[in-house]
Amino acid sequence: MVLRVLCGESSSSLLQARVSIFQGKETFVDAHFTKDHPTAAEQQAVDSVLGVPHSGWKGGPRRPDRDGHSAVNGHRLGADRHLLLPVLHAIQARMGWITPAALNYACQRLNVPPAEAFGVASFYGLFSVTPRPPCVLHVCDDIACMTRGVEDLCRSVESQLGPAGSPSLNGKATWLRSPCLGLCERAPAALMSRAGEKPAEKVVAPASPQSLLSKLESFANATIEEPPDRFEASASAPQASQNGHSRLVLLRRVGRMDPASLDDYRAYGGYEALRRALNFGGSWVVREVLNSRLVGRGGAAFPTGKKWDPANQPRYLVCNADESEPGTFKDRVVMEADPYSLIEAITIAGTALGCERGYIYLRGEYPLAGERLSHAIRVARERGYLGTNILGRGVDFDIEMRRGAGAYICGEETALFNSIEGLRGEPRSKPPFPTQVGLFGKPTVVNNVETLVNVLLIVQEGGESYAAMGTLGSTGPKLFCLSGHVARPGVYEVPFGTTLRELIEMGGGVAGSGQLKAVLLGGAAGSFVSPAELDTPLTFEGTRAVGASLGSGVVMLFDDSVDLRKILFRIAAFFRDESCGQCVPCRLGTVRQEELLQRLNHRKPMGSVEAELGLLKEVGQVMRDASICGLGQTASSAIESALRRWQLF
Amino acid sequence: MDHEKGNVTHRLQAVNPLVPVPRGPVPVIPPASPRRKVRVTVDGREISVPEGTTLLDATRAAGIDTPTLCYLESLTPVNVCRICVVEVEGSRTLVPACSRKAEDGMVVKTDSERVRLSRRLILEFLASSVDVSTSPQVRAYMDRYEVHPERFGPSQAPSDGRDQARAGVHITSDGSQAAAVAQPVKADNELYLRDYGKCILCYKCVEACGPDAQNTFAIAVAGRGFDARISTEYAVPLPDSACVYCGNCIGVCPTGALMFVSEHDLRKAGTWDESRQTSTETICPYCGVGCTLTLHIQDEKIVKVDSPIENGVTHGNLCVKGRFGWQFVQVREKTQSGGDAS
Ligand SMILES: Cc1cc2nc3c(=O)[nH]c(=O)nc-3n(C[C@H](O)[C@H](O)[C@H](O)COP(=O)(O)O)c2cc1C
Ligand code: SF4
Ligand code: SF4
Ligand code: SF4
Ligand code: FES
Ligand code: FES
Repeated sequence: MVLRVLCGESSSSLLQARVSIFQGKETFVDAHFTKDHPTAAEQQAVDSVLGVPHSGWKGGPRRPDRDGHSAVNGHRLGADRHLLLPVLHAIQARMGWITPAALNYACQRLNVPPAEAFGVASFYGLFSVTPRPPCVLHVCDDIACMTRGVEDLCRSVESQLGPAGSPSLNGKATWLRSPCLGLCERAPAALMSRAGEKPAEKVVAPASPQSLLSKLESFANATIEEPPDRFEASASAPQASQNGHSRLVLLRRVGRMDPASLDDYRAYGGYEALRRALNFGGSWVVREVLNSRLVGRGGAAFPTGKKWDPANQPRYLVCNADESEPGTFKDRVVMEADPYSLIEAITIAGTALGCERGYIYLRGEYPLAGERLSHAIRVARERGYLGTNILGRGVDFDIEMRRGAGAYICGEETALFNSIEGLRGEPRSKPPFPTQVGLFGKPTVVNNVETLVNVLLIVQEGGESYAAMGTLGSTGPKLFCLSGHVARPGVYEVPFGTTLRELIEMGGGVAGSGQLKAVLLGGAAGSFVSPAELDTPLTFEGTRAVGASLGSGVVMLFDDSVDLRKILFRIAAFFRDESCGQCVPCRLGTVRQEELLQRLNHRKPMGSVEAELGLLKEVGQVMRDASICGLGQTASSAIESALRRWQLF
Repeated sequence: MDHEKGNVTHRLQAVNPLVPVPRGPVPVIPPASPRRKVRVTVDGREISVPEGTTLLDATRAAGIDTPTLCYLESLTPVNVCRICVVEVEGSRTLVPACSRKAEDGMVVKTDSERVRLSRRLILEFLASSVDVSTSPQVRAYMDRYEVHPERFGPSQAPSDGRDQARAGVHITSDGSQAAAVAQPVKADNELYLRDYGKCILCYKCVEACGPDAQNTFAIAVAGRGFDARISTEYAVPLPDSACVYCGNCIGVCPTGALMFVSEHDLRKAGTWDESRQTSTETICPYCGVGCTLTLHIQDEKIVKVDSPIENGVTHGNLCVKGRFGWQFVQVREKTQSGGDAS
């Protein structure tokens, strides 16, 4: 379309445009678009994010009086690239897959080369770049769900819908296996999504072989108005609906208040911390956080006070809500049940650090959390808690939410930046660290949801008294995600220092056979510990002493009926699927690691079993030593920890 | 590039040391006042290099040949192949020499057991999944590090499904064969072939097609993990893509995955023989840019054309005319030998 404008004929398709390719640098680009024309629906989907094109240069109708003979160019032209991911979401939700014509139109609007946009679209698990039925059932077959009969579930789904990925229900639906959906406390879990004029998403957890199919059918046909998903404290945070609830701090509002109501939130003490923070000023907040010795809860265990150095003059505050570590669901519970607390915490952190804007990068598979957060942002903005002149104090700060699209790696902070910027979610090389060069090339502070929510406590109680809770090296309260063979799975809040045994007792003890075989700490990137290690205190230093790590707070129990080898195979498959593929050690190491385990599984070792285990160690070491990011560096960790403790092969 | 002792070039350093990595244009720095020196110890030898020097250049200045695959002087480092890793005291992981800057007091080991293990496995991973037969560079490194890719089993047979792979989905095998990228050659134009069964995914062609040289963006990395691949949008054939046939991707490809049709045909006929080839430098006759061309000639025929990477005019890049527009030379030859002098 654009080209016709330029060349007066439809066959040529070159458009000389000046776009900004890389932060602050401008380059000449021959932007080439394909000849596909969008249908009305495709155009609507893209326009729903970008608005109606105002010029022939942007894919709209050409008006010579207005558009003239030369395009508006310069830096602006490429500056909208960060909208690529939201646009792809809109196309997927409307069309059911990323169609060539819609992608081409999006490329014209955003001035992104189609090959690059395709590279981005094909990176994410939730997008399909080939035709796909509008309704998709994602069945989690990951490790927590494996303890709750997911194999039967998948078998039943397969017998009724055919092999994963094949169209069924008259071409209306298909099903896919999914990595952990972050619903492990209600395993086995499934997520349905429906594209079309009224796109929708719905969680089914726990899913039973009997009812799942009928649910899928009515969802695919959109026959009944589905009740929206709801948060149930009794199912997800058992403590919050028990006695002794008054001792909770992070979870104190969970299950008590209406998550949609700002008034309710304020009645439970909400937004007192923001007032206090604005009264005492940003440098006070930063000092208290430093004094609190708060350590990041996202998995890397980095001291938050160190990250919050105002000398770096951070431009952006990014809240990492991508939560995709198998077994982790604590952030989801906070966001679903107490969304305003996160918005308040980000506002405090952002204003204290002098950031221009906050971003929440939310996992794509969390529809309810997304709804809650965008509602909370909207209401907070309307009521003067966000936006310009916050609480009449002359402070400006706003929050933007971005949804991921099915890529564990986008939880890695620098991959997350690339994802927001509309690039492939490939981690960057560090140094430089985000505090120096982060989002859009500017100094950025990234924190996990739980880390930020702790800041509310620190502001209200002061850093010193916060630090009095927990242990010397691990201060404050901590959320743990208890799942697998435990009587009452869910998110538990305990002070640091609680032992693994105590935590399991809080969860009602070992379920299943009642005989504990192993506990996975820290998720797929963490390590297994044996029942002999139950007295390990759950602190950063305590777990380190037994060669494990707290990671993201996963505590997953396996009884003695579990074949741990199968769990290891699933973990190996997970890392192979989730590697971004950028660096050789991880892209190929995760593949060779899985193949090697499968050879042992099929009792077809090459050479002796010992030789294979030796080779596995070498593969693990090169991934740990030479990979770019934490994914590759920890891809062998859980497997090696299990092989150290048990003789499995 | 000159790598004489202590005289490491800075042409490629970023304008702002904080603006780093991925895929930007090659920043060109105007000559600056002499920079501070930093002292680093490389394999026990203390050397002094200007601040901002990469460890790769520092090791080279110390006379050590550090292997590289994804690094090229004319491209922004992407540091993805990891073959260049070295051990830096105090660092938990190994670090990529090609992009890590030397810091004062760094103690670097380039040939420790850990380094050798990583390099060996990286080469084994590549050689067990990619056809490296036309990559003299990879094969030389394989000899140097005594690699045994067969430790991972026989490589998988070619598959034509790689372009359809979905992110996050794979079929778990029994492990008896090593997964490989083997696939049919993409022959969709008359000038060059894309044999991605030979691709090590070094990103060089993407950078050359994109922001580092050509700014055409016809190809990009698509897919994820082991299925990551170089692709046009929806894997359309090159003539339907943005490709302008400058061939700059061929110029940077270290594996022969991208190859002139002329070279490919000779290889297929078994008559490609580099020992019989000569090269002649000349200037492209087509336009006023005046690019330097290197004509590779076998049996008095041009078999391919490139340009020296260190050439100040081209940095190794050409346009379609210089790269591919030489057939007329041979056509004239033919008519002459047919006695039909013009
Ligand atoms: C592969 C990978 C996935 C990650 N996923 C998450 C995630 O989902 N959520 C999160 O908060 N941090 C995640 N992280 C850790 C982040 O990189 C980062 O360290 C963290 O967000 C910093 O926040 P904190 O200091 O508050 O912990 C991940 C890291 C890696 C290597
Ligand atoms: S370690 Fe894996 S996930 Fe991380 S950059 Fe390398 S390939 Fe990507
Ligand atoms: S085609 Fe060649 S240059 Fe491109 S990524 Fe593959 S090996 Fe590298
Ligand atoms: S290669 Fe292209 S740009 Fe260079 S001199 Fe020849 S015609 Fe001109
Ligand atoms: S939801 Fe299935 S493992 Fe987490
Ligand atoms: S040459 Fe350094 S990572 Fe490839």
